[in-house]
Amino acid sequence: MPTLLVLEQILNGLQLGFTLFLMAAGLTLVFGIMGLINLAHGSLYMIGAFVAASVTGATGSFLLGLLAAVPAAALVGVAIEMIALRRLYDRDHLDQVLATFGLILFLNELASILWGARPLFMDVPSWLAGTVEILPGVPYPAYRLAMILVGALVAVLLYLLIAHTRLGMLIRAGATNRAMVGALGINVARLYTLVFALGAGLAALAGVMAGPILSVQVGMGEQILILTFVVVVIGGLGSIKGALVGALLVGLVDTLGRVFLPVLLRIVLPPANADSVGASLASMAIYILMAVVLAWRPNGLFGRAHA
Amino acid sequence: MLDSAAGSRRLGRPTRAGLVTLAGLVLLALLPPAMLALDQPFYISLGTRVVIYAIAAVSLDLILGYGGLVSFGHGAFVGAGAYVVGILFVHAQDGSPVLSWPVAIAGSEAALVAWPAAVVVSALLALAIGAICLRTRGVAFIMITLAFAQMLFFLFVSLPRYGGEDGISLWWRNTLPGVDLGDDVWFYYLCLALLVGFTLLCRRLVGSRFGRVLRAAKENERRLRALGVAPYPYQLTAFVIAGAGAGLAGALLANQTGFVSPSPLHWTSSGEIMVMVILGGLGTLVGPILGAAALLVLEETLSTYTSHWGLVLGPILILVVLTAKRGLYGWLAGRDRGDG
Amino acid sequence: MRLTLTAMAAAIALATVPAAAEPVRIGMITTLSGGGSALGIDIRDGFELAVKLRGGELGGVPVELTIADDAREPQNATQIAERMLQQDKVQIMTGIVWSNLALAVVPKVVRADVFYISPNAGPSQLAGRQCHPNYFNVAWQNDNLHEAVGQYVRDQGYDNVYLLAPNYPAGKDSIAGFKRFYDGGIAGETYTKLGQLDYAAEIAQIRAAKPDAVFFFLPGGMGINFIKQYDQAGLKSEIPLFGPGFSFDQAILGAVGKAAVGAINSSQWNRDLDNEANRTFVTEFEKAYGRLPSLYASQGYDAALLIDSAIRVVDGDLSDADAFRAALKKAEFDSVRGAFAFGANNHPVQAIYVREVVTDEQGRTVNKVLAKAFESHKDAYTDECSM
Repeated sequence: MPTLLVLEQILNGLQLGFTLFLMAAGLTLVFGIMGLINLAHGSLYMIGAFVAASVTGATGSFLLGLLAAVPAAALVGVAIEMIALRRLYDRDHLDQVLATFGLILFLNELASILWGARPLFMDVPSWLAGTVEILPGVPYPAYRLAMILVGALVAVLLYLLIAHTRLGMLIRAGATNRAMVGALGINVARLYTLVFALGAGLAALAGVMAGPILSVQVGMGEQILILTFVVVVIGGLGSIKGALVGALLVGLVDTLGRVFLPVLLRIVLPPANADSVGASLASMAIYILMAVVLAWRPNGLFGRAHA
Repeated sequence: MLDSAAGSRRLGRPTRAGLVTLAGLVLLALLPPAMLALDQPFYISLGTRVVIYAIAAVSLDLILGYGGLVSFGHGAFVGAGAYVVGILFVHAQDGSPVLSWPVAIAGSEAALVAWPAAVVVSALLALAIGAICLRTRGVAFIMITLAFAQMLFFLFVSLPRYGGEDGISLWWRNTLPGVDLGDDVWFYYLCLALLVGFTLLCRRLVGSRFGRVLRAAKENERRLRALGVAPYPYQLTAFVIAGAGAGLAGALLANQTGFVSPSPLHWTSSGEIMVMVILGGLGTLVGPILGAAALLVLEETLSTYTSHWGLVLGPILILVVLTAKRGLYGWLAGRDRGDG
Repeated sequence: MRLTLTAMAAAIALATVPAAAEPVRIGMITTLSGGGSALGIDIRDGFELAVKLRGGELGGVPVELTIADDAREPQNATQIAERMLQQDKVQIMTGIVWSNLALAVVPKVVRADVFYISPNAGPSQLAGRQCHPNYFNVAWQNDNLHEAVGQYVRDQGYDNVYLLAPNYPAGKDSIAGFKRFYDGGIAGETYTKLGQLDYAAEIAQIRAAKPDAVFFFLPGGMGINFIKQYDQAGLKSEIPLFGPGFSFDQAILGAVGKAAVGAINSSQWNRDLDNEANRTFVTEFEKAYGRLPSLYASQGYDAALLIDSAIRVVDGDLSDADAFRAALKKAEFDSVRGAFAFGANNHPVQAIYVREVVTDEQGRTVNKVLAKAFESHKDAYTDECSM
């Protein structure tokens, strides 16, 4: 296989990784501060994509869609946090899993009533259409490059937010010792709502960015949710750095596994079997990766022990 | 924290919990004659599904309610049990061996072969998966159990020999000497007997020293270690027994639906069994049976009226979590469950 | 005694009332919630439209239609089927979208001596070894549309084709169906993950393999993802895209828009087919639901039309199962796709068209018939069926 193609596939893996990072960052943030496992994180991603598709469709402007979707999903996030989820912070994980599972059922049905069962249309903005020649003879979609940039930008901004702002200090303190933040005289409830809104906004951003390249339809949230959880658990729950490393790792393993497993298996198996077995193994690759990482480091790559 | 054993603790002084259990049992036992009298045979097959899912839910309650082990991959063992029945059936049909090396295994339609095989295979699978997963705790445990179920899902979706996503059609139920499993009433009572037997077994277990260690590990693992007891072998044993119970449920489910497919392996199916346990009452053994009945009947009823049933079921789940700490069973049985 | 006799006479009189007074009970199991519900909704709407246009009757008999949502779960579907068979005592069933659900439900239905009319799924098992006199497929056998693309791609002289499908039975069947009529070179063959989101890796492989055409079968959301990403990679103008009609139905075209324009696909039906039944269907569907009909809607509509014709032949009397079966088999109805007949295994023998995705005068993305791949095509499994 030519080197250029290998390089291009690595880039594809990184790009998938950065998309997953946008989702994983919010999920891991919410877990790190509030100790909440939010299965409905995927629903916020879906809401982001739906609002963006509707607004972009009506106005013709991708930017307007983005500007409407992120606050809209953050608002929905605030609403569900205040109505239901804040009562779950002190509960065990089981209650959280169940209640947010119920939330998925509800939000999915609500979305199918509001937007219908047919997938929505959402296109790449004209200023990001077309391809860029990144290496000689390898055109790469401009929009995908933009996705990598947005992912990297969010990673940097989150780093700055957490390392250099007062909110970031509280987030760090909260992740280490929740009682301490309360003792500092901080309105903890407001901090939690704010963090949840931030996580919801990041999920919506991921949804908006995914809209032009993926199918915008009910159920899109669960497809990415499981992948996101794999990322977060590999990286270590609560760790933004872990989310970034986990996301890139999952992106690369998934992409390269799909490409190279059938090729490698062809050395030992007849081609028809190699393609089929290779594809099966590639489907399982990220789960195998997760099982291996957890068997080796039960708290993930960068995680601390959580109760 | 005591369980439904409280109900029959002292004969002659029935508690509310005991009465609830007894009433439930009488209802289940009378279901077929009542439905035949009303000419509503459909409710016998719905009842059979309830009973089968109840076995899976009780088995999950053993590790979830008593062991505090939040397994999000319990569907893997249900699916494995179903596939054992399906695979043996396929090979019995075309006369080919299931395995010719290292040991020769032939296909079979006999319940006395297929069902124990389903239980054993699921137990072995649980041993392998549990041995790895139990090294982790908390969220990691939830996700790694889910990961194993997803791996099996993708494996079976793509296995052409056993139908892949199309699954396996069973043309008739397994055979059992002296009992016509093809008859819905017979089959119902057999499933009910297995449910009662399995629940009694679990109750014996949780009441024994084994059960006390399991619960102690859930409450305070460090203290248990300080007492010189390592929780791992106990938790692994519980995980294997739960896997075996789920495998039995899978074998029965394959017979009930006449169909084996990868769908029980999917994470949403595991979630559904978990919902049954919590809806009914965690750590009560009888509760999960109630939970299975409530969820399946609710789904059945709602799907007749609207395709937007998620709009109703979702908030119900959230409300149950937020308000009823011990599920339907806690609500029905009230507080007089002994020293709960 | 006298009273009893009178009662008996009344009972006999009731039993011999012209059957037309008694409604025909039809059960529809289809996917109305979750992923893929657009297909089930179209089938339901097409079927209901046909009943509505006949004043709530089929074959002159009032229809009692029970509809239930399977949420694309085989377990749900079998449970609903049991309820419809045992409680609602339906006489005819229809509606299932997916092959794996059909394989779970159909054997139960036909063995209960109830008729099943498939408006979509046509798995090879039910066309071949597991065929049954009570099972009729009014859409296609699963391989048919793939076979038509294979034939057309061969006819057009392509001889280096790249094949792409998900790694599950329907995906493998699609590639086998394509190859049954395409005997040229294969540039590459890739099986993708079920439910896969990102196809960048596969698209890079396609570009590197330099095929002269791409054939893909990725149902539902997977297909939308692929079509969008293939277009964005700039490949659509270089390497033409071929696929079965499922990958380019009206719901998918609405979601991908101009990214699909130029792609070639196959279908037994299209909105622009010029026959009276189709003109009525298209006009009434757009009037009733305010959207363009899809091929699934046409199949739901035809399923109702088939039932309508058979009930009319037996004069509304379904008690003689053999007569009703023979009436169904005759298929004396004006299908929206034109000529239609059942083969020996109760699967269609029909024309299959090749369509091109174009932008119409109103700026909508739609299919336009280009050519006929087959004049009267029957499936490859007929010989395995012992009927």
